Amino acid sequence: MDPSYALSFKLNGRQVKQEVSPRTSLADMLRNQMGLTATHIGCEQGACGACNVVVDGKTVRSCLIFAIQMEGAEIETSQGFEGDPLMATLRENFANRNALQCGFCTGGMLLAARDLIKTTPKPNREEIREHISGNFCRCTGYEAIVDAIWKTAHEALDLEGEK
Amino acid sequence: MKPHLFQYIRAESTQAAIALLEEFGEDAQILAGGQSLVPTMALRMANPETLIDISAIAELQTIELSDGVLTIGAGCRYVDVLNSDLVAKSAPLLCQAIPYIAHDAIRNRGTIGGSLALADPASELPACMLALDAVIIVESKDGQRKIPAGDFFQGTYFTDLAENELLVAIEMPEIASNQIHKFYEISRRSGDYAISGGAFVLTHEDGCIADARLAYFAVSDCAVLATKAGEALVGNSLSSEIIETVSDIAAGEIEFFADLYNGEAMKKQLTKVLTRRMLTKIHDGMN
Ligand SMILES: Cc1cc2nc3c(=O)[nH]c(=O)nc-3n(C[C@H](O)[C@H](O)[C@H](O)COP(=O)(O)OP(=O)(O)OC[C@H]3O[C@@H](n4cnc5c(N)ncnc54)[C@H](O)[C@@H]3O)c2cc1C
Ligand code: FES
Ligand code: FES
Repeated sequence: MDPSYALSFKLNGRQVKQEVSPRTSLADMLRNQMGLTATHIGCEQGACGACNVVVDGKTVRSCLIFAIQMEGAEIETSQGFEGDPLMATLRENFANRNALQCGFCTGGMLLAARDLIKTTPKPNREEIREHISGNFCRCTGYEAIVDAIWKTAHEALDLEGEK
Repeated sequence: MKPHLFQYIRAESTQAAIALLEEFGEDAQILAGGQSLVPTMALRMANPETLIDISAIAELQTIELSDGVLTIGAGCRYVDVLNSDLVAKSAPLLCQAIPYIAHDAIRNRGTIGGSLALADPASELPACMLALDAVIIVESKDGQRKIPAGDFFQGTYFTDLAENELLVAIEMPEIASNQIHKFYEISRRSGDYAISGGAFVLTHEDGCIADARLAYFAVSDCAVLATKAGEALVGNSLSSEIIETVSDIAAGEIEFFADLYNGEAMKKQLTKVLTRRMLTKIHDGMN
């Protein structure tokens, strides 16, 4: 049996404790030990982006971090973001525009999209494509995803009244 | 796709990390951003018994400019370097290069020191260090060594770094008013490794090139300086004839290595194209 170590960190807004083996990735801990299965595992090599989570404010690959490194960290997964209007609008637009089919890429895609809109308030379609180039979708052909992100970015501007 | 079991130690200081390297020897590996080491461990191509995590060491994450020398701590993440005004002002080459490395989520974790210690021949930063004439600073219990980039990179995943040494920082000269930094790479898709890439630092006087450091990556067994091509530029203005000649010389002097998808002839041709495009852009920018 692997040895296990007690960790304490913030997960989706709540302070939590968890025991982990040193070799458990953050992705495996979230999925297998904490039930947060919207964090998907595609490649386990950093290539596909399905496992994206936010650690201390930055989007990262949860398959390329060991859970044991998370002592004291603040983690937000695609199942978090309670009360975040930008994430709520993104989810709504993804659903309305059919920007997902199997949904495997969607969690990671939403986090990448949210980052983009936060740093580039008015991205054009090319900038959107460039930004999500680290997130693989094998279903949609990306067009609907780009539509949903574009619409959200422009609605977000409307919300702030600076068309 | 799950790594071998290992012991995890979070080092709190540079001195602690160096002491741990000494204690655990060849069975230990440094964990920086983990963006190369973790997938390698998941594939069980690396099976360290002990991981020394240096990602929480604040003293390895500083960026300073003093007396015309920019010093970047090995633990700085790509994103920190990219967003640093100091780096943008004093070593713009790095800010041009980093957006080409992987994707945001990787750049939010991966470190400068990790990239240089790994010495992947397709990596952007080793070539930047050659072009900038940077000095790599490594430290062990016996003290520091300052290694010129040209001596540090020795082959594919092969550097002058000894097992008990920690890469602690990189020093590079601040850009001068008569210098131009230019970075560019040709790849199939955004975020992919390059087929051919270049990092150039040119010094000009009265419209002529006074010094040229043309570094290339993803073309050979490690990052290389095309010294003959650089010399051929000296004393000349960037006319289209000179650009053509220098592109040929660069493609002629590099020993090309194929990668998984691109043969030597392809890399040679694209290196010629890349050199021509970069020098033409520099010429257009100067006028
Ligand atoms: C999907 C994907 C795409 C990528 N694309 C690119 C790309 O286009 N270009 C590119 O250059 N890279 C790319 N990378 C690799 C990435 O840049 C890595 O982050 C980088 O090569 C290693 O940095 P790290 O901090 O993550 O190091 P780690 O993975 O933690 O370590 C790498 C190696 O260096 C050693 N090491 C790390 N720091 C030190 C130190 N301070 N002293 C001594 N030894 C040390 C480690 O022991 C290990 O052997 C990609 C990675 C992924 C997952
Ligand atoms: S599972 Fe982490 S990037 Fe693919
Ligand atoms: S919706 Fe299936 S992978 Fe994107």
